[in-house]
Amino acid sequence: MIRVVLPQHLRTLARVDGEVKLEVQGAITQRSVLDALESSYPMLRGTIRDHVTQKRRAFVRFFACEEDLSHEPPDAPLPEPVATGEEPFLIVGAIAGG
Amino acid sequence: MSGVRVLVGTRKGAFVLTSDGKRERWDISGPHFAGWELYHLKGSPADPNRLYASQCSGWFGQMIQRSNDGGKTWEAVDNKFVYDGVPGTHQWYDGTAHPWEFKRVWHLEPSLTDPDTVYAGVEDAAMFRSSDGGKSWQELSGLRGHGSGAKWQPGAGGMCLHTILLDPSNPARIFIAISAAGAFRTDDAGQTWRPINRGLKSEYIPDPNAEVGHCVHRIAMHPSRPNVLFMQKHWDVMRSDDAGDSWREVSGNLPTDFGFPIDVHAHEPETIYVVPIKSDSEHYPPDGKLRVYRSRSGGNEWEALTKGLPQKDCYVNVLRDAMAVDSLDSCGVYFGTTGGQLYASADAGNNWTPIVRDLPAVLSVEVQTLK
Repeated sequence: MIRVVLPQHLRTLARVDGEVKLEVQGAITQRSVLDALESSYPMLRGTIRDHVTQKRRAFVRFFACEEDLSHEPPDAPLPEPVATGEEPFLIVGAIAGG
Repeated sequence: MSGVRVLVGTRKGAFVLTSDGKRERWDISGPHFAGWELYHLKGSPADPNRLYASQCSGWFGQMIQRSNDGGKTWEAVDNKFVYDGVPGTHQWYDGTAHPWEFKRVWHLEPSLTDPDTVYAGVEDAAMFRSSDGGKSWQELSGLRGHGSGAKWQPGAGGMCLHTILLDPSNPARIFIAISAAGAFRTDDAGQTWRPINRGLKSEYIPDPNAEVGHCVHRIAMHPSRPNVLFMQKHWDVMRSDDAGDSWREVSGNLPTDFGFPIDVHAHEPETIYVVPIKSDSEHYPPDGKLRVYRSRSGGNEWEALTKGLPQKDCYVNVLRDAMAVDSLDSCGVYFGTTGGQLYASADAGNNWTPIVRDLPAVLSVEVQTLK
């Protein structure tokens, strides 16, 4: 199981508490994890990645294992501890006031 | 028993205010969607319990929410607004070409007859329609593609399509307005559009009388006279008696003709309301006095309405979608401020009372009259 931590506003939108656990088939990458997330929670489509370009929204960041993975290619493998469920994949709203 | 439901969109959530026909005691629910910007909420005239809300965030983009029970519960519907074809470019602030990019929904206008049909006015300016209750959206691209789109430019708030008026006597006719492109009309249900800006004069564009480029802030119509339109422009209050084919200025004795909202009395088609604002760089009332101005003659002659409104040290603004009227026997008028006050008058503007004083900055106000 892949563990995903959503920012508070997206937890509210998806109506989930705490971490989200996902079954992801094949390689564990940003793309495969986000595809699985959006498949389980369709209301999150467009909130993390642009609907058309599938690019990460500017004020959203991806962290895992104390690393910033925001600028990694979407098809690059995520760290092994994320793939094994030992560590969560963190989707974070950038600290930008407001 | 009759009553009213006031739908308030703010910078940090939505609020639903309800009262009986007396409009003296109010129940306030919210914040709904706490922390999100609610640009606009509006109920279906065909089913008052069907509400639509535009929820957005700089972080997470656009959501559309729908309620089937008058705002008690909500469900997220589709948020995919994709322009038809290659979007092309419009003018940027400096006059250079800038690609069309979807940013947010400014205004939702439910159909007058079908609760599942709703129009969305978006930034960068375009019109979308859903005919399945918000589950999918299609652009009415004849507007953006009619020829002048490359000349449109953003106002300070963005290049937004903020006003959608549906003609109750002619389902094929819709009026819209864009900052800063101007007003447009379709007579074939959105397939083709034409600018309706003759008579507008704007000194801030190279040709003050140009066909497009005018910063229209808001248009209002009385449903019994859909050919008569009232406009608050960036500067100037305007009136058209021929469905927008021509406009004339009716600013008259207003202390300043800059402002954002404009609305029409529910039972008196010649009675209109504006909130004069000092200037386009000072977005607050003149002399620190919050005054609604009412004309009972369709413009030109205006009276200040001040009873119950702060008459010193007031420096709030009233945004374009933040005024509305109810249709009870004594017409109620409502407006919200950037300071978070929601003022109401149950007697057509003669006397005002704040329903609530300390909301987040108010972006929009809509009223449903419940029978």
